[in-house]
Amino acid sequence: MYKIEAKEVSVNYKDFQALKNVSFSLEGNKIYGLIGRNGAGKTTFLSLLAAFQEASAGQIQVNGEDVFENPEMMEKIALLYDVDYKDETEKVKNMLEVAKRYRPNYDDEYAMYLLERFKLPLDKPINKLSKGMQSAFNVVMGLACRTPITIFDEVYLGMDAPTREIFYKELLEEQTNRPRMFILSTHLVSEMDHLFDEIVIIDQGEMLLHEDYESLVSKGVSITGDADVVDQFTQDKEILNEQRLGQTKAVMVYGTLGNDELEKARDNGLDVGPVSLQDLFIHLTDGEES
Amino acid sequence: MSKEFDDNKPIFQQVKELIEDQILNDQLKEGDQAPSTNQLVNFYKINHVTVAKGVNQLVEEGILFKKRGVGMFVAEGAKEKLVRKRKEVFLDDYVFRLVQEADKLGISESEMLEMIRQVKRSDQDV
Repeated sequence: MYKIEAKEVSVNYKDFQALKNVSFSLEGNKIYGLIGRNGAGKTTFLSLLAAFQEASAGQIQVNGEDVFENPEMMEKIALLYDVDYKDETEKVKNMLEVAKRYRPNYDDEYAMYLLERFKLPLDKPINKLSKGMQSAFNVVMGLACRTPITIFDEVYLGMDAPTREIFYKELLEEQTNRPRMFILSTHLVSEMDHLFDEIVIIDQGEMLLHEDYESLVSKGVSITGDADVVDQFTQDKEILNEQRLGQTKAVMVYGTLGNDELEKARDNGLDVGPVSLQDLFIHLTDGEES
Repeated sequence: MSKEFDDNKPIFQQVKELIEDQILNDQLKEGDQAPSTNQLVNFYKINHVTVAKGVNQLVEEGILFKKRGVGMFVAEGAKEKLVRKRKEVFLDDYVFRLVQEADKLGISESEMLEMIRQVKRSDQDV
């Protein structure tokens, strides 16, 4: 089993700080969902993990070893991202040959199965594939190389909905058969939330939270009812969002409600409902409100 | 999220009850293979941790059992166990609320009994 540990990691680009003092630890055969708004630092974060770049400060270790310029560790980590393939004239099958040489766990039979699932032609040059097919090809590489730590950075770009469906299904199937650590960054939160064991949210270069899916989602509660009653019930709670329609008010509260509080809400005629990960994400990262 | 699930109960609980219902109405018989976690995830589009939580509780309660490398199966005596358990909650979940609502509407006990008989009769006609 693998463990990634980051201690007070920062990344500076000239006068811009992409990551600020980020510390975290990811461990075990889990599917991590990495979410954050545009420019939040997701790709920087992932490229550090994959040793594509070095941190300006702080330390990143996998199983206690530094990853940067450590070939042995880099072999254990694969980062699949939106590669620009416009000059890649190799055919699909030749690219797989390369993977076979450099990735010790690469499984050819499984790769062929996946190519079939995604209807990817073996004999076509990569740069002649459509954008969605190139993305599917990245997914095939990521799954079939079976590296202990597999990172997909918005790997679904350009894929149509049915293709994304296949990706999600095959990912879960693979995780059942050959569990390992997957890290997926995404903007398609509502579409992918069923895949995640744990969620990491990055906001403006900082780690906003890292929590398991269930406990994070159970912290979001929507309270709907008569505006005055809702206001009274939520006055001492952390409110993420409010909407009002006439005398009806819906408030999104952050923080777990106890059973007695739930009962009190219902006794007061309030509707209590869940909040989706997508809504939590939107309102946890939507601005400067405190 | 699928509309088969309502907001008032934890989703893992509802996943659990979904499988229990299939056992109770004989869609899943004792010894049958139960749907896998992935099948449930793909079908209902709910988080796989949530599904696993529901399924694992059924295993702990002896309703399902795992065959390594093969899958989940319905245990011997599962239906009987479920009937017993559901009867216990029937009072709290249904009868209590029925009486509460009836009181609210001023429905008398005999009126209520008559309604129950009516429903029972039309049930048998079908």
